[in-house]
Amino acid sequence: MRLLEYQGKMLFAQAGIPTPPGKPAATVAEAVAIMRSNPVPSVVKAQVLVGGRGKAGGIKFCTNADDVVEPAKAILGMRIANAQNPEGEIAKTIWIEQRVDIAKELYLSIAIDRASKRPIIMASAMGGMDVEEVAEKHPEAIAKYRIDPAMGYSSFVGRRVAREAALPKEIWNQFSALLGKLYGLFFDAGAILVEINPLAITKDGKLIASDAKVELDDSGLFRRPDLAALKSASETDPLKERAIAAGLGENNYVQLDGDVGIIGNGAGLVMGTLDAVKQAGGEPANFLDVGGGAKADVMREAVNIVTSNPKVKSLFINIFGGITRGDEVAKGLIEALSTGGWTKDKLVIRLTGTNEKEGRALLSANGITSVETMNEGARAAVALAKTHIM
Amino acid sequence: MSIYLNKDSKVIVQGITGREGLYHANRMRAYGTNMVGGVTPGKGGQTVEDFAVFDGVAEAREKTGANVSVIFVPPPFAADAMLEAADAGVELVICITEGIPVHDVIKAMAVIGAGTRVVGPNCPGVISPGEALAGIMPGHVFAPGRVGLISRSGTATYEIVDHLTRNGIGQSTCVGIGGDPIIGSVFVDCLGAFEADPATDAVVIVGEIGGSDEEDAAEMIEKSKFTKPAVAFIGGRSAPKGKRMGHAGAIISGNSGTPESKVAAFQRVNVPVADSPSDIPALVKRAIR
Repeated sequence: MRLLEYQGKMLFAQAGIPTPPGKPAATVAEAVAIMRSNPVPSVVKAQVLVGGRGKAGGIKFCTNADDVVEPAKAILGMRIANAQNPEGEIAKTIWIEQRVDIAKELYLSIAIDRASKRPIIMASAMGGMDVEEVAEKHPEAIAKYRIDPAMGYSSFVGRRVAREAALPKEIWNQFSALLGKLYGLFFDAGAILVEINPLAITKDGKLIASDAKVELDDSGLFRRPDLAALKSASETDPLKERAIAAGLGENNYVQLDGDVGIIGNGAGLVMGTLDAVKQAGGEPANFLDVGGGAKADVMREAVNIVTSNPKVKSLFINIFGGITRGDEVAKGLIEALSTGGWTKDKLVIRLTGTNEKEGRALLSANGITSVETMNEGARAAVALAKTHIM
Repeated sequence: MSIYLNKDSKVIVQGITGREGLYHANRMRAYGTNMVGGVTPGKGGQTVEDFAVFDGVAEAREKTGANVSVIFVPPPFAADAMLEAADAGVELVICITEGIPVHDVIKAMAVIGAGTRVVGPNCPGVISPGEALAGIMPGHVFAPGRVGLISRSGTATYEIVDHLTRNGIGQSTCVGIGGDPIIGSVFVDCLGAFEADPATDAVVIVGEIGGSDEEDAAEMIEKSKFTKPAVAFIGGRSAPKGKRMGHAGAIISGNSGTPESKVAAFQRVNVPVADSPSDIPALVKRAIR
């Protein structure tokens, strides 16, 4: 789960990490009130998760209760998109914070390093830029330190990282203290990423977090209901919510752009099914993993979820039963079809593994034939999507 | 012969009185695994469906000589279960549980020493066909033979193994290493074990998007630390950037974890990459020849 900038900054502030003073607003009137009570040079920032908001016009400036009206009106309700997320996201909240006189911009993050199985600290004196670009063009400019979680944070780590990132010596101690607080937050919040870019050095030599990017581990949220409650509306998707309500995990339904609906069991098999559909010349409409051991009710709801996407023209169900039983899958599918959510002429099913005979018998009693292999099913589902007239 | 698990392995289930734990303990026993009992704190001394239940792993190990534990404990307690098994000296700890907080896993991995091999979490387990099954895999799909398999996914493994078995290619050991970002054993660990196993002639590597385990495996092959024939498959080649595909670890973020990088890494070291699971048997036969 990713947090909006202002949510991240509120966590930073709680952890004692300096941030520019600011307040969120959801209406123009709230924005005016904020500027009336504190008429200082300020920045109005769109609160969206999608990147590139600056370029899209989602960051503007103001100084008082009058000149905040224009930017607030312009940004609230603005749709911000980029190449990776062409549909974009609507800014429902703006964050109004005091402008900071920046002398230099640094980069600082803590993420999870899979190879070493440790948190990894990354810092650079080349902040403010796209860090992936820095990593590509100036890999030496990024200092990395993989911290032993059994040791935890110790201030030498900050000094070492500061030296290796060639940060100005005057701020080493400040930096080390700030990094310690950030590490504490990373751990306590169960984050998988905390990133400050830029981490500003002000003209009077103070470090301040100008931005905040925080991504939390969904699996750890049960320990932090306060953080789970921050889930932003911009990240929710009604079909995904239905999948979660049906007892599936956070990552089990992913909406895609194509027209071939997909249901399978197990993330790996579903990924393989998407690939097979693509290889057969089609475009998957979604990823849906019913998980291991899905019963008829989960299967029925899965069919309903996938087919309520209006783009879906054909449905491909690919089940390799290990702990998932073929008869349960067949039962759920037949129930979904009988309630009129979908018709069997727009359906391809491949059912193999545990209780495949019972499952296939149930299907054929209801006039549904199953295909033998994943590739055969993918080809048939793609052909159906192409010939189907809505 | 096989790696990690064989007919002499003494296996317990942590979480044996839970629905999943008991169900799979029975399936493992039916497959022929040498099941010696299970653990549920507070329920020691009971017997469930002929499985002796112990209060803790140390006691179970003391009384049964168990050296393999399969964990079905719910996510909030699963890291503790892994640490308990390692603390008791269990040699192979297989964690099936999905959805363990990643910080819990990081902490556990940081302190579990070299005497314990962890497989998973969020994995289907380990099977040495014809000898033992420690996990949730459907045993009937597998057949004894001389090809090893390592996979980040469960069901993709069944799909691929089904093709292998139907084409007369049996398996020495199949290790489902798991779909989480932080896992106990990665491809290079398993490749090292297969390299040393005289009963394994070739290995199938089933990777997916996200992370750099596949690139690390290719580098190991490049440095001649793994010298047997290998064939690879990469799942999620059609997945868009930035979207997590079911597995917590299956995500392309920025320029890392892309299928292009993984396919290129294997091709550079002459490891053929199958476009589809159905192509794998032919590639294996060619690689062995």
